Amino acid sequence: MAVLVLLDHEGAAIKQPSRSAIAAAAQLGEVHVLLAGQDLAGAASAAAQIQGVAKVLVVDDASLAHALAEPAAALLVKLAPGYTHVLAASTAIGKNVIPRAAALLDVQPISDVAQILDADRFVRPIYAGNALATVRSSDLIKLITVRAASFDPAPATGGAASIEAIELPDNSGRGAAFVSEAIAHSERPELSAARVVISGGRGMGSAENFALLEPVADALKAAIGASRAAVDSGYAPNDFQVGQTGKVVAPDLYIAVGISGAIQHLAGMKDSKYIVAINKDETAPIFAVADYGVVADLFTALPELKTELERV
Amino acid sequence: MKLLVPVKRVVDTNIKVRVKSDQTGVETAGVKMSMNPFDEIAIEEAVRLKEKGFATEVIAVSAGVAACAETIRTALAMGADRGILVETDVALEPLAVAKLLRALVEREQPELVILGKQAIDDDMNATGQMLAALLGWPQATFASKITPVDGGLEVTREIDGGLETLSMSLPAIVTADLRLNEPRYASLPNIMKARKKTIENLTPAALGVDPAPRLVIEKVSEPGERKAGVMLASIAELVDKLKHEAKVI
Repeated sequence: MAVLVLLDHEGAAIKQPSRSAIAAAAQLGEVHVLLAGQDLAGAASAAAQIQGVAKVLVVDDASLAHALAEPAAALLVKLAPGYTHVLAASTAIGKNVIPRAAALLDVQPISDVAQILDADRFVRPIYAGNALATVRSSDLIKLITVRAASFDPAPATGGAASIEAIELPDNSGRGAAFVSEAIAHSERPELSAARVVISGGRGMGSAENFALLEPVADALKAAIGASRAAVDSGYAPNDFQVGQTGKVVAPDLYIAVGISGAIQHLAGMKDSKYIVAINKDETAPIFAVADYGVVADLFTALPELKTELERV
Repeated sequence: MKLLVPVKRVVDTNIKVRVKSDQTGVETAGVKMSMNPFDEIAIEEAVRLKEKGFATEVIAVSAGVAACAETIRTALAMGADRGILVETDVALEPLAVAKLLRALVEREQPELVILGKQAIDDDMNATGQMLAALLGWPQATFASKITPVDGGLEVTREIDGGLETLSMSLPAIVTADLRLNEPRYASLPNIMKARKKTIENLTPAALGVDPAPRLVIEKVSEPGERKAGVMLASIAELVDKLKHEAKVI
């Protein structure tokens, strides 16, 4: 039997964390992917080209337009009996839908899987990444969310999967209704997929000062992140948050500015290839995990960094 | 209207946990335990909804060992009206907790259950969604704002890249994200008052629920540690290293 992956898409593009989930699923068996939404022709053809995908299932219906948990979970429940495993990336959508579907199937979901040992055994971080649990599931179908940063995404091209339209199951249950959304549109790469991330912490001091990261991010083509302390203090929006309770990132280069290095922040970025810490406090714990550390006042260091980057 | 808020007893958020040498779990003996921080936010929101007149009673529920009564007592000191403890020594998974909560919802008939979005010990982020599924109720996870509207709620959720607002009729499930509110500290008089509030004791068997886990924890291990690198004297040196040594820019 095959493995089903619920995809996140944005317009005609399949989001990178979903390609990581496909890479994880490929370790378990033949990969079928599910696209649920509205006006999916472009996304379906993008999904069919992802390497390792054998079949694309498409459910195109207005009721699925906003990826609400209730109809999406009902759909997974209908399809799950044909699969050994049902996966999604640990995105806002995956985390919302997978546990709901699991409960309807009487299955204990396995959240945020970082390593697949075999069909029944998985490694997942617990206690904000301070420990790793190896768990064995006795459920007949496994429902899993995948920590995208732990799996290299499947290449976006090179595949040639078949595309199959399927019917929306009856879902007469009560559900929430979409009212509105406010998505910040940015020219910068998405935080969880960026090659370079620059993050600010409590040391930034204010929302106005937090903007000092922007010119450096522009020079590096980097995404901007934040520590929980910066988010709590109102310097940055919540979806900037890197950490166990926010996003988990693993870019090639992670630059932590004015971040002390709380455990919960480290859990969100310690798998980065290179970590740089800029902090005026030389005893900050962030320096213990940084490949390169600079003890400096960020208000002089950031403009200097921008100037130096533009010189090279 | 009644509100139900489950609260979990976890290792305090400020403690750096240590993996036991036999790799069976993390050390909890002699370690400070507290209410899961997201559950504090859930209790705070429920108490505010009561203060606004939207709810008439807030019931705090915990499931686990006898000491979970302390966690319920904290919720009572924050303003919950009464508590229910489902006592068991079984290590409970979200599926079992969701089944226990379903049984309590059927008994207590709350119109709204507010849960923390995730517990900071097992980091599962599942119980609220699973309870919503078992009850057939609508769900709004990762809430940063709850607004009562005519006959229901509007809930703003934290999603990737921004915010989403949903509307729901009641009964419904909401899970609390970080920015929903800042929980209050219980005042001394309220801590004293909480001692007089009742906590009912139940068991999984009394609720007709088999709490046996579905996941076997084979091993708990330390994550690989990163080693500290080098300290550099200047930003110019940093950029040089990134360019020529790490080759990442």
